[in-house]
Amino acid sequence: MKHLSEYRDKHIAKKLIDAIWDLSETPVRLMEVCGSHTVSIFRHGIRQMLPETIQLISGPGCPVCVTARAEIDRAIVLSSYPEVIITTFGDMIRVPGSLSTLQKQRAGGADVRVVYSSFDALKTACENPKKTVVFLAIGFETTAPAIAATVLEAKRIKIDNFFILSAHKLLPPALTALLNSDRLNIQGFIYPGHVTTIIGTLAYEQIAQKHGIPGVVCGFEPIDILETIFMLIRQIEQGETTVEIQYKRGATATGNLRATEVLNQVFITCDSNWRGLGLIPESGLTLRDEYRSFAAEDYFDLKVQPAKDHPDCVCGEVICGTKNPAECRFYRKVCTPQNPIGPCMVSTEGTCAAYYKYYIA
Amino acid sequence: MVSDKIILDHGSGGRSSQELIEKLFLPRFGNSLLNELNDSAVFELGGAKLAFTTDSFVVDPIFFPGGDIGSLAICGTVNDLSMRGARPSYLSVGFIIEEGFLIKELEQILFSMEKVAFEADIQIVTGDTKVVPKGAADKIFINTSGIGLVPANIDIAGQNARPGDAVLISGTIADHGITILSAREGLFLDSPLKSDASPLNHLVQKMLNTGSEIHVFRDPTRGGLATTLNEIAIQSQVAIDIYEEAIPINESVLAASEILGLDPLYMANEGKLIAIVPQSQAEAVLAAMRETPYGRQAALIGQVKEQNPGKVVMHTTIGGKRIIDMLTGEQLPRIC
Repeated sequence: MKHLSEYRDKHIAKKLIDAIWDLSETPVRLMEVCGSHTVSIFRHGIRQMLPETIQLISGPGCPVCVTARAEIDRAIVLSSYPEVIITTFGDMIRVPGSLSTLQKQRAGGADVRVVYSSFDALKTACENPKKTVVFLAIGFETTAPAIAATVLEAKRIKIDNFFILSAHKLLPPALTALLNSDRLNIQGFIYPGHVTTIIGTLAYEQIAQKHGIPGVVCGFEPIDILETIFMLIRQIEQGETTVEIQYKRGATATGNLRATEVLNQVFITCDSNWRGLGLIPESGLTLRDEYRSFAAEDYFDLKVQPAKDHPDCVCGEVICGTKNPAECRFYRKVCTPQNPIGPCMVSTEGTCAAYYKYYIA
Repeated sequence: MVSDKIILDHGSGGRSSQELIEKLFLPRFGNSLLNELNDSAVFELGGAKLAFTTDSFVVDPIFFPGGDIGSLAICGTVNDLSMRGARPSYLSVGFIIEEGFLIKELEQILFSMEKVAFEADIQIVTGDTKVVPKGAADKIFINTSGIGLVPANIDIAGQNARPGDAVLISGTIADHGITILSAREGLFLDSPLKSDASPLNHLVQKMLNTGSEIHVFRDPTRGGLATTLNEIAIQSQVAIDIYEEAIPINESVLAASEILGLDPLYMANEGKLIAIVPQSQAEAVLAAMRETPYGRQAALIGQVKEQNPGKVVMHTTIGGKRIIDMLTGEQLPRIC
């Protein structure tokens, strides 16, 4: 782990912080759009080390947080069918649907299992031929290729008791929607290293050109984040608007062509509902016709009542960066990680949960 | 209660467990001894000062690198007694076994219990065995209770931390939790990950023999270092500052935690203790710890402060600060 300790070296951190303080004059708001960045910024106490001119805003980067309530409700309906095993990633089981959570369904007898990979879900299907296994697939471009590969494998081995409930989201359309809505007042993007390893930087180039907002693709260690902030401040102070890659050990401008090929082979874009942002055209992924036999929504009757978010929950504004969690009247009083009202408090990568867990007021 | 059913969170050792204790158990069973919520109850009986504790073990898998459910069941109770400064003497053992369980595996578990009991110098003096139909329990569950004598001059408890005290840890954190998860999921099989399950009573005696005034002993089991420090901060109404750089952690554990996205501060330990001692005596206690097999990597990791009582603050390696909260939600069920 020597490699890791180098990215947490306090002497390098000190040099970068000093350089940021020297360079920063104009007040700026920088938005990170990856839950891992949000957590890393809080975990390492980065906000308090920056000059007052730099404000970090957490954007729609947590895949759990942006999953619409209706999508959870559909999984909850599925979990009540006796023959169904629901599999999903850990944080999803605690996300509040309209009336329940998958965790509560499990306590009530539903078979809900946490898996670390979609291949584990497929394995569960192979091991339980008399059951129907549904994988609640969430995540951005980072997780989608692996899930696409799982669907290909399921087709290859001709398994008929494995289904995907796809709630995948694509990051660039959400950023474009935010920028077009004039809800954002930001001067720079801290772009997600992992998503970029898949999709490359083309979408960010378009944002830089069309909206005049620079961006830097950032790694996940504190030194990565400090260097990225330094690079962004340098661009802003010098009046530049380009897309740079700080996370050179992972990301390239072209991305991972093989992964995107697999993704596009299995999935096609669709309109998608985002919690807090609403319906965004072409911002989700659904299975292509050739793979529809794995689509849970085709196999099951999944009609659910239209879902309503709590009218006073400000998660939507938190996700857009227009409010911070402390401005919500529920924050810490009734909305806690134990009893989350909105999604930003559920996931460990959610902005409200990160504030709650790490932030020294 | 937030939920009308028991969910796994309630057994996590974190906030939900606390809520269950405070809202359901204490209102019915509460008394001056139980209300302290220490690792064991300490009381006088027939002129003797005794520590008494109980613990149940449901770990999955039952065999893992560095131990099994049997060694864990002995270590857990020995350590809970030791955390009050007691000398553990006698343990009870209760088994709940699922029909069909292999006698060979039971023998293997009994062998490791025997081995740890010998090492800890305790005796198993009473026991019980129940067998339940297949499916009514998962393989084997074990309960152990124990008693031990507490020397008259010893008063070690979670509520005794004082501003100015030093916070010590006996070695690397998170070994047990990460090992269990890896064993369960079949991950990192060729790595040196190993549970730290071990009886700490001899280490505790060594520390007490220095004559230092030890205020608090706690073993950071479920909920990990973070949760246990929070409990101490609340019980003693003090703040605790810790230094990220000073916390010992095995490289393989750190690597596995990073890959799995788990925070080692919240991962369980089964052979580590936190000691809170006056700053002036910290070096002497540390030196004594480092002379013992389970305290070789002992380190001073923080200080007790007066301001912001109930809060634990981490000074990060790169110079930042952040709150360390209690575990919320299930980080990982059935680790012990």
